Amino acid sequence: MVSTEQPKQYRVIGSRPIRHDGVDKVTGRAEYGADVRHEGMLFGAVLRSPHAHARIKRIDASKAEALPGVKAVVTSADFPGAEEGDLDLGEGRANPRWLLDNLLASDKALYHGHAVAAVAATDQHTAEDALALIQVDYEVLPAVIDVREAMLDTAPILHPELRTAIRARGVEKPADKPTNLASHLRLEKGDLDKGFAEADVIIEREYETAMFHQGYIEPQNATAFWNRDGEVTVWTSTQGAFSVREQVATICQVPVTRVKVVPMEIGGGFGGKIGIYLEPVAALLSRKSGRPVKLWMTREAVFQATGPTSATYSRVKIGAKRDGTITAAHAYLAYEAGAYPGSPVGAGAQCAFAPYNIPNQVVDGLDVVVNGPKTAAYRAPGAPAAEYAVEAVLNELAEQLEMDPMELRLKNASKEGTTNAAGQPWPRIGAVEVMEAVKNHPHYTSELTGEDVGRGVAMGFWFNGGMESSSSATVNADGKVSLILGSTDIGGTRASLAMQLAETLGITSDDVKPHVVDTDSVGFTAVTGGSRTTFAGGWAAYELGVQIRDRMRERAARIWETAVDKVEYRDDGTIAGPDGKQLSFQELAGKLSATGGMIAVSATVRMNTPGPAYAGHIVDVKVDRDTGKVEILRYTAVQDVGTAIHPSYVEGQIQGGVAQGIGMALTEEYFYDDEGRLRNASFLDYRMPVANDLPMIETVLVEVPNPGHPYGVRGVGEVPIVPPQPAIQQAVYDAIGVRFYKTPMSPRVILEELLPE
Amino acid sequence: MSNRVKTDRIVITATINGEERTFLADERDSLLEALRERIGLTGAKEGCNNGNCGACAVILDGRLVNSCCVMAAEVQGGTVTTVEGLATPEALHPLQQAFLEDAALQCGICTPGFLVAAKALLDHHPRPTEHEARFWLAGNLCRCTGYDKIIRAVLNAADEMSNGR
Repeated sequence: MVSTEQPKQYRVIGSRPIRHDGVDKVTGRAEYGADVRHEGMLFGAVLRSPHAHARIKRIDASKAEALPGVKAVVTSADFPGAEEGDLDLGEGRANPRWLLDNLLASDKALYHGHAVAAVAATDQHTAEDALALIQVDYEVLPAVIDVREAMLDTAPILHPELRTAIRARGVEKPADKPTNLASHLRLEKGDLDKGFAEADVIIEREYETAMFHQGYIEPQNATAFWNRDGEVTVWTSTQGAFSVREQVATICQVPVTRVKVVPMEIGGGFGGKIGIYLEPVAALLSRKSGRPVKLWMTREAVFQATGPTSATYSRVKIGAKRDGTITAAHAYLAYEAGAYPGSPVGAGAQCAFAPYNIPNQVVDGLDVVVNGPKTAAYRAPGAPAAEYAVEAVLNELAEQLEMDPMELRLKNASKEGTTNAAGQPWPRIGAVEVMEAVKNHPHYTSELTGEDVGRGVAMGFWFNGGMESSSSATVNADGKVSLILGSTDIGGTRASLAMQLAETLGITSDDVKPHVVDTDSVGFTAVTGGSRTTFAGGWAAYELGVQIRDRMRERAARIWETAVDKVEYRDDGTIAGPDGKQLSFQELAGKLSATGGMIAVSATVRMNTPGPAYAGHIVDVKVDRDTGKVEILRYTAVQDVGTAIHPSYVEGQIQGGVAQGIGMALTEEYFYDDEGRLRNASFLDYRMPVANDLPMIETVLVEVPNPGHPYGVRGVGEVPIVPPQPAIQQAVYDAIGVRFYKTPMSPRVILEELLPE
Repeated sequence: MSNRVKTDRIVITATINGEERTFLADERDSLLEALRERIGLTGAKEGCNNGNCGACAVILDGRLVNSCCVMAAEVQGGTVTTVEGLATPEALHPLQQAFLEDAALQCGICTPGFLVAAKALLDHHPRPTEHEARFWLAGNLCRCTGYDKIIRAVLNAADEMSNGR
């Protein structure tokens, strides 16, 4: 690890204990959403639209309802309806009316795979048989699936009532007529024209990225029971139990405390398991049937109707002086939102130039509806596409200026105090440290030899999140501490949060027993997303520790009949009093019951001091001229991680993000046919990296502690997905002399370029 | 006729994790459905239900299979090992231990399939190279780890098992 500031000495933080939930997960005992079992439980199935855009004229479910074993059928007509509004999902927002329409289509099906009806039956086979008996009369409408085509005057309109929301100065308000352009935002800083006039070199390029799916291995699922007293319980795999509670209550129009959400283990999310798809439908089927109902998505439905991230079109123009000083930059970003407004273009716009201190810049962000699934958050939502375009232009600029690409970046790097696109000064950030670590890394300085091999570099940025986290803790008589968490553990946060409590108390990671509990059993906690959980949840754990320390000191003072301020709580967990009196944490815990009772504490934090993350990646590739396949020969990912609480899981987050970014760069994409039907809704045809596609991925953890956190934590999970696309684009160019302006650079795309006409 | 079952139900007897089990299944049940819904062994996971992801991997009569692509009726008289059958009452399997120590799982949904597939690998090739391990495990998808720590864990477990012998 590279430490850049005076390193703090920690006992637990920075060690690599075995995670608390590990044994259950390697023995098959861990209970995921699909593993929920209840007496009398029914199994559900969902009927989906075969058309990309169609008016639903009539749904006749009478034959399905008559099938023996079928207990309930629901369509959108069974929902109470939803009002216009703005629901905060934690990482993104939703209008309840659109959310409801996405759960079960009302007057129109807006994409291939849009849910139109659902069935509950005594077993899965019967539920699936029943789907075939539901008759839906469709009037097929023309569909539009491309972001630029959707903005043409001639494009089919998805929502006749939609008008463009203008969130920018100087952008003309469009005519009052139906449109697919949901919003246009603009970020502005300095004087763009003046900046470009000062430039010696200006490069402008256009880029496209495909729709990518989060690709979590566990399909969406939900089990619900609507009790006779009106209490609704939902068991589901989610990144945010409280977010699900809010959405279910809003859609089902029941008070929020009548809904209890029990978060099961979650089999991957990457942002895709924040919005809901099944929960209110299962709840409604349960109310109709009086029995618990489980709904389970097929993999095909997961691809058709959940996720993905926006396909994008972007245009980036950057001007620089001969010495490499960037004088001006403009980005135009058009993001597909899917069938309902709400792409992550706003975040993309703010990320685009974030690694660099550019005095004059404008970012335009357009949110466009198309006949595809409503896009969902996906790891650093919005950032990869925007930063891909910017980083790729910078690599071209470095070549034109005959500068080392990292030298160019260092010359323009964002630092503490320089301002971002919104004009806000950066807090302490590690952009420069990361750039220097890349530049000095033996991978970067090594010579690359061979035929058709090439090297690329790129940077990445992500904000990291703060938001609200709640936790409680109990000291047990044996000296172990129970830690109650509201955050779903998607990849090791039980460990990273328990370790921060253990550090605060001077006990071991194993002395803390973390539990993830339901929404009735812990205070409000925002989603596990935005790289916020180890940061904000860690702060809550720290506060619990401080409270326990104070309570333990009070108790020791009572036992020793001395003043509290004479009692010291030492970093190793020893409680020390006057005259050499001393108790270990365990010893004092054993005396709590007899001296005033056990200790239980709780904490809720709302954090607004996240530490932004920067990453720099180096990649070597070899291009196979016969097959068009790009082989990753070597990959090094450098990242400012703040403080690595559990370094193995920090490395794991980085390696996983890199693998997803490699998939975006090389093989993953949605294929729609001319009618807007998704043609590759399987893991075979949506080609994610497998074990033999990748080498070991080297990680370099740069630690620039976040001054806004007691242990210096920044988020780590999201930023590593950002640099792979531009780094690999540059490496492919270095290998074969061809620049591709579209991702993925699949074998087909590469062969089309290399093979003679 | 009193003990006749419904016509689409079949009785299957198989040795599952070393124990002979007799259970009733729907004739349309895959082995994965039978394990999960009829026997209550939910360690094997459904990720795709068409053999692409490997999350449901089990060992059937010594062969690594995706249990979603095997009919339950086919295991009549057979021997099945699932992730629940890897550990002994005394200890985890070395692969399970290595996955914990090497942090080879994040969300954990693919872990049962990887462990079973890796066990089949080591049963056939006790000392695989990294290259061999990557190709053998190419039928198992993991979206969290980038495979790095999984491959290390498998190679470390192979070392441990070979040295232990």
